Amino acid sequence: MSSILEARGLTKRFGALQATDGVSLQVRAGARLALIGPNGAGKSTLVGLLTGQLRPDAGSVLLNGRDVTRDGAASRARQGLIRTFQINNLFRGLTVLENVFLAVSERLGMGGVLFRPADRCHEVIDEACHLLDELGLGGVIHQSVAQLPYGQQRLLEIAIALSLNPKVLLLDEPAAGVPSAEVARVMDMIEALPSDLAIVMIEHDMHVVRRFAAEVTVLVAGSVLLSGKPHEVMASEEVRRVYLGGAGEARAAGEAGHA
Amino acid sequence: MNQLFSPLLRRHRPQPFEVVYWLVLVAVFFLFPRNLALATSILVMALFALSLDLALGFSGIVSFGHAVFFGIGAYAAGLLALAGYAEPISGAIVAGLVAGFVALAMGPVVIRASGLPQIMVTLAFAVIAYEFANKAVWLTKGDDGLGGIKLMPLFGMFEWTALSQTAYWYSLGWLFVLFMVIRTVLASPFGLTLQGCRENTERMRFIGTPVLGRLMGAYALSAFVAGVAGAISCQTSKFVGLDTLSVDRSIDVLVMLILGGVGRLYGGLVGAPVYMLVRQIAAEWNPFHWMFVVGGLLVFVVMLARGGIIGVLEAIRIGVSGGRSRKS
Amino acid sequence: MAEFTSGLTFIGIYGLSYGTILFLISVGLVLTMGLVRVVNMAHGVFAAVGGYAAVELVNMSGVPFALAVTIAVIAVAAASLVVERIFFRKLYGASELEQALLTIGLAFIGIAALNLTFGPDVVGAMLPNALARNVQFVGRSVQVYRLFVIVLGLVIMLLLWYVFDRTSFGARLRASVDNRGMAEAVGINVTHLFSLAFAIGSGLAALGGAIGAAILPLEPMYPMKYLILILMVVVMSGRGNMKLSAGVSIFLGLIDTAGRYFYPEIGSFLIFVVLLLYLIVRGNQLLYAPVAK
Repeated sequence: MSSILEARGLTKRFGALQATDGVSLQVRAGARLALIGPNGAGKSTLVGLLTGQLRPDAGSVLLNGRDVTRDGAASRARQGLIRTFQINNLFRGLTVLENVFLAVSERLGMGGVLFRPADRCHEVIDEACHLLDELGLGGVIHQSVAQLPYGQQRLLEIAIALSLNPKVLLLDEPAAGVPSAEVARVMDMIEALPSDLAIVMIEHDMHVVRRFAAEVTVLVAGSVLLSGKPHEVMASEEVRRVYLGGAGEARAAGEAGHA
Repeated sequence: MNQLFSPLLRRHRPQPFEVVYWLVLVAVFFLFPRNLALATSILVMALFALSLDLALGFSGIVSFGHAVFFGIGAYAAGLLALAGYAEPISGAIVAGLVAGFVALAMGPVVIRASGLPQIMVTLAFAVIAYEFANKAVWLTKGDDGLGGIKLMPLFGMFEWTALSQTAYWYSLGWLFVLFMVIRTVLASPFGLTLQGCRENTERMRFIGTPVLGRLMGAYALSAFVAGVAGAISCQTSKFVGLDTLSVDRSIDVLVMLILGGVGRLYGGLVGAPVYMLVRQIAAEWNPFHWMFVVGGLLVFVVMLARGGIIGVLEAIRIGVSGGRSRKS
Repeated sequence: MAEFTSGLTFIGIYGLSYGTILFLISVGLVLTMGLVRVVNMAHGVFAAVGGYAAVELVNMSGVPFALAVTIAVIAVAAASLVVERIFFRKLYGASELEQALLTIGLAFIGIAALNLTFGPDVVGAMLPNALARNVQFVGRSVQVYRLFVIVLGLVIMLLLWYVFDRTSFGARLRASVDNRGMAEAVGINVTHLFSLAFAIGSGLAALGGAIGAAILPLEPMYPMKYLILILMVVVMSGRGNMKLSAGVSIFLGLIDTAGRYFYPEIGSFLIFVVLLLYLIVRGNQLLYAPVAK
């Protein structure tokens, strides 16, 4: 089975810092891949390279078999590579509905429609409302983002991503900053995503990783340390060494892995 | 579920005070029959300010040299008329299109810049256009300007009168039509993407929006409207001078818009009359004293009343009605 | 051939002196924008006031040239501290558009005030005899004044270089330009530093206006008239990069003079084309980084 998203030998340097060093990975349809690694491992840079925000010094990115290394972020988004942000990156001055409206209308190719009032674009509005309902945001569609509680903003992040009908979804720490009571809701949402959708998730929280991932890739100092099934990775000596001295949860995850 | 009362998407629905505004403009014709020349020039500047609002207020393109489009429109209309093409409406449209094309040529440079560099680029283009017009005397007659412009009667029926009656209705007609066009555009999905680009350009890219293309479209439309305003100015005063391209003109329209309120659709339409009427009064004085007034206004608006006149009016309305209110 | 060399000398002397004045007037703004990233369209007012003050002192009160210039510079520098405290503190979070508009408003008020005080006509600068004399220099008769401006400019550049590269004050200033938050965390009082730098910049502008009164004539519209030139230097110099601004000023001075010499019809057209080409080539990756939105 061929991969939807592929990175080959991606390399990126910022001055003296080698942020990404010959990273290769393959993501197939339906993948549930977790990308983990200590802080500073280069996860954000890698995401930037995959989505087109950054140009690699060497290496290439392939989407659906096509070389998209020269394509910008907007082009890759149109080809189905969608990401969410670790820190909410929403249109704060607009309402919840308007946020999703933008994404849906863009996907339907209506972003260039000049002479039809937006609130008469029923196809867009219906789809947006439907999606927001599914995410439990149906009651707040007319609230401006700035007024939403953080957990709901996070759900909106995901709503925007989903409304673009992604083929590959890059979730950047989706549970980050979400009060623990609401994390379950976010995770339920992710679990309910279509099974043919490829999902790559960057996460620190090992509980989330264990629940979600079918595969785990560990990134350290810009290169891939190890890749494999979750229990293999977490039992690995190297990985535990890399995480020791880090957060207590890593130690706990290691111990829990042993239990 | 489809009941949207979010301010943006409802923008195209008329609000009560708007009817009042346009009725006032109609009333002016009957109330001030001897000042129609001034009134016409106010309408022209209002249209010009509206075009700037589209670029600055709604697309986030800081243009300190918007007069370049106004002037190009003016000269295009003038040259067209002098070459024998005397139909005013189509002449104005052609002039607007010329300005629009120039904007498409300038667009890639202007839109990629931001902040001070963008200010500098727009200023640079404006100054170059001015200097070019100044030197290209064979085309523009330089300092003397293009005079002796003659036009066909409007719709073949209405002669251009000395007291500017036809001119006033002509300008008002253009202002109304283009205003409604811009209003519809801003309430469209395209308009929403403009707002998105202004709010969070990066995210727009990540939802697949061709940001540069959208902003170019807005910039070109803004230039078109500015060009038409310039054309009307030429057609109604039967004269085009270098002042239509000057930095003074660019700063004037900027101040008018700021005074009225940026990004509020009616900002230019309110700021222009106020500014020009005050200037009319101050014209009795020493021209430099007028700079005290303009300078003071700018300082005041930026430091205390960022939303301009309309912002202040809205604040009053919210304060009076005490509670949620809808922005127009 | 002799014509040509003589022409080159002319361009060299006049271009360099013009560029020097431009440098003196602009370097303060380069510094200000580097440190606090405030777009100050009223910077030209400092130069104009400095020029007017010096000229009035010489013409009206018979004060010797050097003393008049010194007084003007100090007065403007002191006054600028007040202006900074009242207006510029408010601008530190504002968008570039707002900064530009507010400072243009201040510039307009400044222009109107200049007109009120000194009248609308160009004020003639009277040079002391020592400078007004002509002297032979590389095959041309040149005013001592021009050479004086160039030499003074060099001296100031060296002085600035010394202060900013070799003193601890300069080091603290450079640190603050580079990373304000970090500098504050380390204990540098950036607010005071900025006020001082602002005063130095305004003082230099006043110096440029005063000794440059014969090159850039004094009139009420001075701040707006030369604003574009000043902004050109700033945009092409990059954030707080004073050394580059010296080079840019000289370059612009030479280009403009050469343009006018060889093609008098095009006038100031040439430098605007240079600016445009620069902006196109550099795109948005200018050395000057706009305030992040």
